[in-house]
Formats: sequence, C-alpha cells, structure tokens
Amino acid sequence: MFPKPIEQSSPARQLLYKFSLPIVLFIWLLPLLAIFMTSIRPAVDINSGNMFGWPSSFDLIPNYIAVFTDSEALVYFWNSVKVTIPTVIISVSLACLAGYGLAIYRFRFALPLFFLFIAGNFVPFQILMVPVRDLSVRTGLYDTVTGLVLFHAAFQTGFCTLFMRNFIRDLPRELIESARIEGVGELRIFWYLVLPLVRPAIAALSVLIFTFIWNDFFWATVLTQGESSKPITAGIRALNGQFVSQWHLVSAASLMAAVPPVVIFFAMQKHFIAGLTLGATKG
Amino acid sequence: MATTDTGLGRTSRDTWLYRNRIKLAPWLFVAPALLFFAVYVIIPIFQSISISFYEWNGLYNAEGESTAEWVGLENYAKLLDDERFYVSLKNNVIWLVFYMLAVPIGLAIALFLNQTVTGIRLYKSLFFFPFVISQVVVGLIFGWFYNPDFGVIGSLWKAAFCEETINIVGNVTTKCSAPPPDILADENWATFAIIFAGLWPQIAYCMILYLTGLNNVSPDQIEAARLDGARGWRMLRHVILPQLAPATFLAIVVTVIGALRSFDMIAIMTRGGPFGSTNVLAYYMYETAISEYGDRYGYGSAIATVLFLIMLVYISYFLWRMYQDEKGR
Repeated sequence: MFPKPIEQSSPARQLLYKFSLPIVLFIWLLPLLAIFMTSIRPAVDINSGNMFGWPSSFDLIPNYIAVFTDSEALVYFWNSVKVTIPTVIISVSLACLAGYGLAIYRFRFALPLFFLFIAGNFVPFQILMVPVRDLSVRTGLYDTVTGLVLFHAAFQTGFCTLFMRNFIRDLPRELIESARIEGVGELRIFWYLVLPLVRPAIAALSVLIFTFIWNDFFWATVLTQGESSKPITAGIRALNGQFVSQWHLVSAASLMAAVPPVVIFFAMQKHFIAGLTLGATKG
Repeated sequence: MATTDTGLGRTSRDTWLYRNRIKLAPWLFVAPALLFFAVYVIIPIFQSISISFYEWNGLYNAEGESTAEWVGLENYAKLLDDERFYVSLKNNVIWLVFYMLAVPIGLAIALFLNQTVTGIRLYKSLFFFPFVISQVVVGLIFGWFYNPDFGVIGSLWKAAFCEETINIVGNVTTKCSAPPPDILADENWATFAIIFAGLWPQIAYCMILYLTGLNNVSPDQIEAARLDGARGWRMLRHVILPQLAPATFLAIVVTVIGALRSFDMIAIMTRGGPFGSTNVLAYYMYETAISEYGDRYGYGSAIATVLFLIMLVYISYFLWRMYQDEKGR
C-alpha cells in the first residue's frame, strides 16, 4: 500500500491525520455547506446582509415549500424524471444488444463499428446541435420530453455500447461456444446466458447514465423552450432570473436538483465507481 | 431440397437463414443501436460540416425547402477575421492548460485518502460529491461566491478593507478604501474564476480514478522497493506512477474532453461575457447559432467544425490507443 499505512506511523502523526481529515473535507465541501445554510435561511437574513453568519431562524421547510408553490420547480423536476428514466432504459437495452453483437461475433466490421460508437461518443455537442435541432423542429419533437429522450438515448448508446462490449468481451468465451454446440439459438444465448451474467454492468451503466442525463444542461437548453418540457437543470437557470436576490429559494431549488443523483450515487456507490473507472485498471 | 435432419425432422435447419445465422446475427444485434446512433450522431456530423458552407437562418420557405444559400468557404474566411473567434480559441487553450491541474491535485487527494482508518469509505464518497452534482449547480454556487456584494469574496473584502459608519439619521453606510473586486465582470480574471470552479468536480473525478488505480498497485513491488530503500517521492515516481499509468491516461482523456466541452459553467456564470472575454468555442458556437441577433446556423456550424477538428486529434489518438490494446489481446 502506498503511502505507508498510517497505523505504522507515530501516534502523533496518526492523530494529526485523523484530525486533518474532517478539516480538509470541510474546506472541500464548503461551497455545498454554504449553499445548504443559505437554503434554510429566512429572507430577512439575506436582505440584511447576513449571508454567512448564523441564521436568525431555521426555515428549512417553509423555504423548500416556497420553491414548489411559487415556481414551476415541481414541473421541472418531474420533466427530469420523465426524460431520465426512459433514456436509461432505451440506451442500456440497445447497448446490451449491440455490445453482444460486437463482442461475441468475429466479423470484419466488428472493430470499425465499435470504433464508430466510441468516436461518436466523444464528439463535441456543438457539431450535432444545428442538425439535431432542425430535425426535432421538423418532426414536431422540439420542446417535447420525447424529443429529449430520443436524442439522449441515441447519444448515450455510444458510451453504453463501448461499456457493454468491453464487459461482454471479458466473459468466458467457452461458455457461449459450448451453448452453440448444444444447439442453443443466438437470441436464447443472449437472453438466458449473457444477460444474467452482465447484470452488474447493467447496474453500473444505469446509475452512470442516470447521472449524466439528469445533469445535462446543454440539450435541455437547445431542445426545449417552454415550461412544460424543461428539465430541472434548465429550470434552475430560469428560477435564478425569477427569484432575483432571493438566494434562499434559488439555493433550495439547486439542492433539490442535486438530490436524485446524490441519492443514486450513495445507494449504488460500488456500481457507480466501477462504471466510472472501467478501463482505469486494465493495462 | 437438401438432406433432411436426422430423426428429428427439423427442416428449418436447411434454410438459407439458418445456414447464415452466424453471419447475420451480429448485424441484427447491432442494427437498432446503429440506426439510432446514425440518425442522431453520425449523420448530423456530416450535415453540420455541410451546413458550414452555407448561409442559413434555419428557416424553410413555403414549399418546405431550406432557404440556405451556398457560400463556399466564406464562413471560414470570416472566422479568420473574427476577433471573438480568436478570444474563444485562446480561452480554449487556457482551459486545456489549467484544467489539467485536476490530474495532479486529484492524485494528491487520492494519496491523502488512501488509508484504512475508520470511516474512510465515507470520506472518500463525500470527497467525490462535487462530481455527482450538476455543473449548473456548481456554476450557481461559485457565481454566488464571487459576487462582490454578498459573496464570500465580497464579505472577506468588506471585513478587510471597509468600515461601517452610522450617520446622523441613523443609516449604516460602508466606506471602503477600495471597492470589492467583481471577478466575473473582470475581463482578465473571469475565465480563471470559471476554470477554478470547474476544477472542483473535475478533481473529484480524477481522484476517484486514482483511488481505484491505487487499489490495484502491486503490494509486492512496493515491498521490494521499500527493501531497496525507496521512500516518499522516489517511490511515487519510480514505482507507483508507472503502475498508475492507465489511471493517468484516463484522467487526462476525460480532462481534455471536459475542457473542450466546457459550456455549462460559462452559460451559467457569465454567458461568455464581459464582452465575450470568457467565450470558448463551445459557447461561442451556441451564441452564434441561437441568439437574439438572428440564427446564424452556417457560421455557427463553421465554429463547431473547427471545434470538432480539434477534438478529432484527441479522438484519433484515443482510438489508436484502443486499437493497440485490441491487437495485443
């Protein structure tokens, strides 16, 4: 282990380490703590300039209720849910199929197709913006939740396919070969043999894509306009204009937007990190 | 008809479809994803490049035909004379350079946290927090921190340089020896202030990559190096870092791509201002193509194409690395 395990150091150093941990963490998360403190402050504090002192009263519940009653935050929040969940389902399903196709069969186009998915996944969004927006307008999908879902699902399919293909590739090949010799059909091999084996990868991928889509801002601004389809990220920017100098409400809304990915991350931490670091460990 | 199947009589085995199933199957598995990906990603890339040779406001005439007008390389020629384009390009370079700080700082935090004391798992996940939340939220938080009137910077400044006095009527007035700096409104500092905010989640990302990498460093080699008297910096440089190479590679790739894709923070914190001084290609393209001054789709697409070509350098390098990997299997 590197650096040397702290248990092997002098007691003084151990103590120093244990004390420094919470201090460093406090500094690291200071921005978040500050915004949380602001979100539970009464409006009076903000107007009187008490931004960082002790709150004159704790208004956690009234502030968060105010966000929902005085603004469209609830609609934005619900839109985000409606965009994120179908996207995760569609892109992960497509990627399971494609990843299987690219990993198991030896055919000439396996590698070029695989590279096409990877390359597409890395392009800057701006190169897609004008045509995708135009396509959405012409097909009536502009400013709809469906339009956002279809685009996100298509785009994320690139990353998901990269992910699933590499995972399936590392499965023992003999398993599939022997099933084939037994006469099991290709689709049945995929459904009964491969899918159960890739469940951890599906979990990792799903939490990752959930976070990516939930936090997306660019496409939310490019493909939506009205309140009825705006996800929470774009919504917060609108709220920021609406609640000028009502920082306690803006910060409450921002924290609301941060809750789902944070909860997902904590619930599925192992999968989340396994997903992010895929490839970081292999030579 | 060819030979029938022995005993069971499954004649379906003789069909063309069955004989070619191994050839057809991969295409059937890949087709849905490929179709979807082609419509929304692959084809639009070429459309964008083609639109960059036109002047177009995104409108169609009554017959449903595009009103685009062929202008050849004119959009690119205009780019060469466009000062805002150069400012954006310069800022992209600044982003690329300073965003890279996320890699060594991420490594430093990973080394700091790579211990096995009680509660360390919770610490590790709390340190990762900034990456999980949206850049929009990060941008808002930092925008507020930088605010000269009520942000952290403003408050610290007031504490240091201002004096509160109460006049005869009883109103509080503050007198400052110098006004607090408005960092985001300062042409020289705004970009750095945004990058600083952007580093926060990016460092967390690099840290996680390194923490995982450190888990897989071979303990035998560390022991062997310890016996040889290697410690601290020398150990890190000669024994640990080579083993962390895959993590470093991934950290650099995601940081480069993050730097070139930077958009959210700029949109939230400055909208490219003041006077376009915080623009980067990604934001400038958006501003040009969808703005109140009329939609300049052609010009915007030309900017996007330039950004795409820059990114293509990295994409090609990444694919080349992956290709070497695949060959080695």
